[in-house]
Amino acid sequence: MATLSADFRLPLRSFDLRIALEVDRTVALVGPSGAGKTSVLRAIAGLARPEGRIALDDDVWVGPGVFRSPDERRVGLVFQEYALFPHLSVRQNVAYGGKERAGELLERFRISHLAQVRPGELSGGERQRVALARALARDPGVLLLDEPLSALDAHTKDTVRLELQELLAAFELPTLIVTHDYEDAAALAGTVGVLVDGRLRQLGTPRELVAQPKDPFVASFTGANLLRGSVELHDDGLTRVRLESGEIVYSTDSAQGEVGVVVYPWDVSIGRVLADDSAMNLIRGEIASIAHVGNRVRVRIGPLTAEVTTASADRLGLATGGTVLATFKATGTRLVPLGARSSASR
Amino acid sequence: MSLRRRLLVAFAFAGAALALAFLLLPVAAIFLRVPPGRLLHLLTSPVVIDALVVSAKTSLIAQVLILLLGTPLAYFLATTRFRGRGALVTLVELPLVLPPAVAGLGLLAAFGRVGLLGSTVDAVGLAIPFTQTAVVLAVAFVASPLYIRQAIAVFEAVDPDLIAASRTLGAGSMRTFFRVVLPLARGGLAAGEALAFARGLGELGATIMFAGSLRGVTQTLPLAIYEQFSLNFDTALAMGALLVVVSAVLLVFLKVILAWQPSRLTSGFPFARST
Repeated sequence: MATLSADFRLPLRSFDLRIALEVDRTVALVGPSGAGKTSVLRAIAGLARPEGRIALDDDVWVGPGVFRSPDERRVGLVFQEYALFPHLSVRQNVAYGGKERAGELLERFRISHLAQVRPGELSGGERQRVALARALARDPGVLLLDEPLSALDAHTKDTVRLELQELLAAFELPTLIVTHDYEDAAALAGTVGVLVDGRLRQLGTPRELVAQPKDPFVASFTGANLLRGSVELHDDGLTRVRLESGEIVYSTDSAQGEVGVVVYPWDVSIGRVLADDSAMNLIRGEIASIAHVGNRVRVRIGPLTAEVTTASADRLGLATGGTVLATFKATGTRLVPLGARSSASR
Repeated sequence: MSLRRRLLVAFAFAGAALALAFLLLPVAAIFLRVPPGRLLHLLTSPVVIDALVVSAKTSLIAQVLILLLGTPLAYFLATTRFRGRGALVTLVELPLVLPPAVAGLGLLAAFGRVGLLGSTVDAVGLAIPFTQTAVVLAVAFVASPLYIRQAIAVFEAVDPDLIAASRTLGAGSMRTFFRVVLPLARGGLAAGEALAFARGLGELGATIMFAGSLRGVTQTLPLAIYEQFSLNFDTALAMGALLVVVSAVLLVFLKVILAWQPSRLTSGFPFARST
């Protein structure tokens, strides 16, 4: 697979965007709105003029004395609002990127039956499929997705996220996704970068970001644990999930098949002994790492990261290698559908 | 209801009725003074035919020029940001509000024999004033701002993401213009062109100063009306009736376009919707 390397500076309205990235599989950039996420994509696509170097393998797009226009870069950009041509049918939209593959892509994205329809009549999920098919029709070397899930309602979002995971795995293109939602980033990408005010604060696997955030901002932003598991039973309003690491957890969400279990570190309690409380979920394990973030401590126990105050950590005498119990409530445990071969597990 | 209130309402109604009558009466009078059969017959008189041919020819050429040259200018002004852009747009719009006599004077000062470009124009063997070329220039000068102004607004209303999408899909800027921008702007451009056409067709002041009123050469319909109203009032009325019909058709055309594509025109438009 090819590698996109980007190392550039781009002046924006209130700050300079400076970023250095290598994208070979799927990388997601998360950050608050206004952090410069979309500008990263625009610079790579050729819609903004940064200083520095952008290249796909040996093919230099931006460099000293080099600036390729967007149509001279093998790049597929999927816009946040999809930017489908309203005056063209679905087929014409897809064929705009490349006529040869249009038919095949319409089939593949299950939109053949919509070929003659105008974008205005499509649902959110259908629009996204058309936008993706159109971007891929160009036969890009890099795929750029701007907030691929934000224009969708909560119900459609789960389905589309699943489809997107399968597609990204199938097309094997270097892919850069930007999103404001850490859960989406963790579900879609093997590497996640946190972008704040135009700077990359931290780049790592979703697990690293949750377990060892470099600063409080990353800690608060990356938020949730995302554990993989499969639903074993749904009964009486409770869903039983067996995690990949073997533990059983319960959630009040209903789901089926492969799921991601989302738990926020601050919803996880740590104890030395089993307390008689209402928490249904219990994970016993050794402390793998301890990271100090401001006045809090992030503690990694097995697959889970918990966040406790420094005072509690001191009181419990937490140390790497010690055995503790982590508990969290079923009502604070969210389930999101995940594909069987999600990049999160890679 | 108090007496005062009733009086006020009655006064408002009377005012509205008066305004309506005032606006409709002159138009109706054109058709009511002479029977329709005679109006049609008068339209075949030589002076009318000559004026009709001059008007049709000069309008056509002027409008083609406006479309061919005004469209790129409007696109440039709509998509480029530079210092003084606002001032430039205002200058482009200036002929709209300029008194026609000043427009004619300006054209003479620029292209006349003793004008700014007079000697240059003379050198290539062209004398512009009092020719059909002068009519075309006068029409283009007063009418083009209506089209350009509208075209700028329409081009600005095209979602920049669509243009960016086209570029990232491998289309160059020309292909993007013809396959994305133009199809989306088409309705709005047609509306602007209809306005420019109507304004050009009615051009009188600048034309009479710069091109004169030579029958069969520079005498357009409005100029012929101006000449005929003292010679043969009924013939003037016949031409007036023709222009009323053409103007009404243009207005309906405009409104139909606007009803079709309301969302594409983000700028305020000087006509109320009929529906």
